[in-house]
Amino acid sequence: MTPPVATESLHRSLGMIDDEYHAVVTILGREPRPAELAMYSVMWSEHCSYKSSRAWLARFPTEAPWVVVGPGENAGVVDLGDGWLAALRIESHNHPSFVEPYQGAATGVGGILRDIFTMGARPVAVWDPLRFGPLDDSHNRYLLDGVVRGIAGYGNAVGVPTLGGEIELDDCYTANPLVNVMALGLLRRQQLVLSAASGAGNLAVLLGASTGRDGIGGASILASAGFDEASGAKRPSVQIGDPFEEKKLIEVCLELYRQGLVVAIQDLGAAGISCATAESAARGGMGMDVDLDAIHLREMDMTAAEILMSESQERMLAVVRPDDLDRVVALAERWEIAASVIGKVTEGGTLRVHHHGEVVAEVPAASLAEGAPRYLRPYHQPDDLEAAWADGPVLPASVDVPSSLLRLLADPAIGDTSPIYRQYDHQLFLGTVVEPGHDGSLLRIKGTGKGLAVSTDGDGARCALDPQRGAARIVWEAALNVAVVGARPYALVDNLNLGNPEKPEVMWQLIEVIEGLSVACEALGIPVVGGNVSLYNETAGVDIHPTPVVGMLGLADPMPARPPRLDRAEAGMAVWLLGPDDGDDFAGSAFARVVLDQRRGRPAAPDPAAGRAVVARAIELAGWCPVLHDVSRGGLAVAMAEIAIRSQVGVVVEVDHWQDLFTESPHRLVAVVPSDADLDGAMPGRRIGTVGGDAIDFGRHGALDLPKATAAWAAALARHLA
Amino acid sequence: MKVAVVVFPGTNCEQDVVHALRALGGTAELVWHGDADLAGADGVVLPGGFAHGDYLRTGAIARFSPVMTAVDRLAAAGRPVLGICNGFQVLCEAGLLPGALVANRDLRFICRPVHVRVESTASILTAAATVGDVLRLPLNSYEGNYTASAAMLGELAATDRVVLRYCDPCGAVTEEANVNGSLDAIAGVANAAGNVAGLMPHPERASDEILGSTDGVVVLESFLIALRLAAVR
Repeated sequence: MTPPVATESLHRSLGMIDDEYHAVVTILGREPRPAELAMYSVMWSEHCSYKSSRAWLARFPTEAPWVVVGPGENAGVVDLGDGWLAALRIESHNHPSFVEPYQGAATGVGGILRDIFTMGARPVAVWDPLRFGPLDDSHNRYLLDGVVRGIAGYGNAVGVPTLGGEIELDDCYTANPLVNVMALGLLRRQQLVLSAASGAGNLAVLLGASTGRDGIGGASILASAGFDEASGAKRPSVQIGDPFEEKKLIEVCLELYRQGLVVAIQDLGAAGISCATAESAARGGMGMDVDLDAIHLREMDMTAAEILMSESQERMLAVVRPDDLDRVVALAERWEIAASVIGKVTEGGTLRVHHHGEVVAEVPAASLAEGAPRYLRPYHQPDDLEAAWADGPVLPASVDVPSSLLRLLADPAIGDTSPIYRQYDHQLFLGTVVEPGHDGSLLRIKGTGKGLAVSTDGDGARCALDPQRGAARIVWEAALNVAVVGARPYALVDNLNLGNPEKPEVMWQLIEVIEGLSVACEALGIPVVGGNVSLYNETAGVDIHPTPVVGMLGLADPMPARPPRLDRAEAGMAVWLLGPDDGDDFAGSAFARVVLDQRRGRPAAPDPAAGRAVVARAIELAGWCPVLHDVSRGGLAVAMAEIAIRSQVGVVVEVDHWQDLFTESPHRLVAVVPSDADLDGAMPGRRIGTVGGDAIDFGRHGALDLPKATAAWAAALARHLA
Repeated sequence: MKVAVVVFPGTNCEQDVVHALRALGGTAELVWHGDADLAGADGVVLPGGFAHGDYLRTGAIARFSPVMTAVDRLAAAGRPVLGICNGFQVLCEAGLLPGALVANRDLRFICRPVHVRVESTASILTAAATVGDVLRLPLNSYEGNYTASAAMLGELAATDRVVLRYCDPCGAVTEEANVNGSLDAIAGVANAAGNVAGLMPHPERASDEILGSTDGVVVLESFLIALRLAAVR
């Protein structure tokens, strides 16, 4: 019996437009079968194919002598020297986390870890940059709480430390929270594994969990479309995570690599078996014969399309030589991991899928993996943008500095984030030298004298006002965050969260964001080694702010013996402010948002020469300074308060104008040093005060009692997570 | 003198424990949970993690792993047996230690440094410490809330088997310092013979200056000393 031909209306229910359907017909030279259409619908989804963004992503600088694997594989890989490589990747799980916060966030962690150990690396750390609507709304609190529990529940049990992330709160994320996740892995050079299937006759072995009906169409239906009131009905498209299965899978895979038993490997993430088989075959220029009857299923009577589209978690597809199969199966059995031979690598580039004795799909693998349409969608700058730039924040003639600072410290996106990161195991593997709660995390690479620093940064508020400048500024901020723990910016991954690309203004934002990130990376001389694009972050037609989030990897070589920390200020030490002149930069600042309630104007452009100089200076100072802190959200006032609160000692700081305390001009750094140290020299800088007393004291601008500041800061987020 | 560090599926602190013991001059090897003997080890550590995913109940499945028969034998022979975090949970579940660990008072995972006061030096856990010492150790658990029957609690107190209590930095046992709500602020206990002990905080995570604390060294050293002593006896 010939399988039925798919009807034209089926493609729409799978999220495909008519033109895409006709493109499939052209490729196949016939009407597609239902299973084939299912495969194309997920592989050609925005989430999997980057069809709206790919042309512009070519802008990113991706090359450097230390890049081993650039964008396009499961994770970027860079050379750290001494035979060590680092694998890094960033992803989003925005829509699943809105529909089901615990599982959405949990499987986001699980998914990105697979991307890392697919490369042969042991995952050593995870970061979670999060964005929600304001926390006075109970549903937003429910989302935050569920997401954090999901990250903790999965990350802790899977045995990979979570080193924090960041949090931003804004109305635009109320109906579309952003749950991004970055992971880092370490490997020896000879352990590197790629995903390109090779060797006709080699076997495709599915390892891990059984395949069920969870997550069907997650990539196409959930991740590649906006939300409306009926979105609760999408809950069956969310996957369910099992961290124990993933932990075993990590250990099995790392052991398989160690014993040289794997030719290639690919994780099963978005688009499940469709993606893993098509991508590994296409990357190797090969084909694959796949037998769906060999797949261990969670449920009876699943259709071929369901099996192909399922996003059940904790599965890997390994290509192994037939002679090695017994050893692979034995190793899987030892770890109580299921292993099934589900296919064979073939010559010719055709992906052929069998089910119940019939061929249900027979398509060119490359057409699934690389044949998606590319859209050069129209774009234009929003009409009212330049008027908004001209209409900057209106600053009052004078402000009450202590009460303004208190309001900033009590803001849940500025105050103490330990209520979140204390739910995460952030110490496993004895690598964490600087834990969450500082500017950048610092991990040691045991036995090398080197360290890796990571900072994840985003700033939707500033990017909303000027996506290009905003994007560039987060790169510079991330660079300074790794520099203050002694690391040189080394490589970047980016997650571009935006609205509906079918709107020209959103496409313009996308292009501007890519330009801003690219220019900043070029100025820093660092490559972009991977990224993710999350579009359709809109609900009921309203788009989120353009929100690029970057993960900056820094290499500290050597790692400082005693890296700077925020809690090492002591009475009698001197406070220095380093970097270019302050300038009034209030557009998109925390002061404008929290104190003035104004969201307008144009943020200052970064200054590459000043940026490079301050990054270099920070790396040098990190070798001996007790405290180094970048001046960012909330300006100098908040930076000083954070040092005072964390060290539990007062500070006395003198500045000319109150504006100097709250401006967020980029490339500035506070250093706290012994009183006789002289930091005059290679770059602008001045001594602005001393450590001591029991207040955050700004002289004639007023003082805030340290206990009062501490209480506000400590309760800022905690009171929403009680 | 060899220490076996047991690996159950889901265990994740095994390499950290091996690293910390080796840094102190110990000899430590990993042993798989399916192995019925401990490869000639003189003592055993059950490290932290999520043995068998903590499914059903922490330690409930791990206690049936073949290696636990060998752990039983070693314990009965008076050799040192130490459970850290999940390992403590497994020892309680296996009946080698009294009491049980239940969900934290606030029903949240807790990863943070805590202070514990040494209440007894009679067991392998703190033989090298002094009663009253305050140690700063990382806690990392969801089910860290110690509980026991009133009768058992009385017996523990009467027989000097409460080894560690949560306290503030000055050594005062307060409600606030007892972060997971443990009964009587108990953070670590021992068996009657003193050769089997468990604690919720992670001494191996506080055994290197660069990681912020070396207060865990005294716990691991106590274990290594007990290892030698047991062999001499």
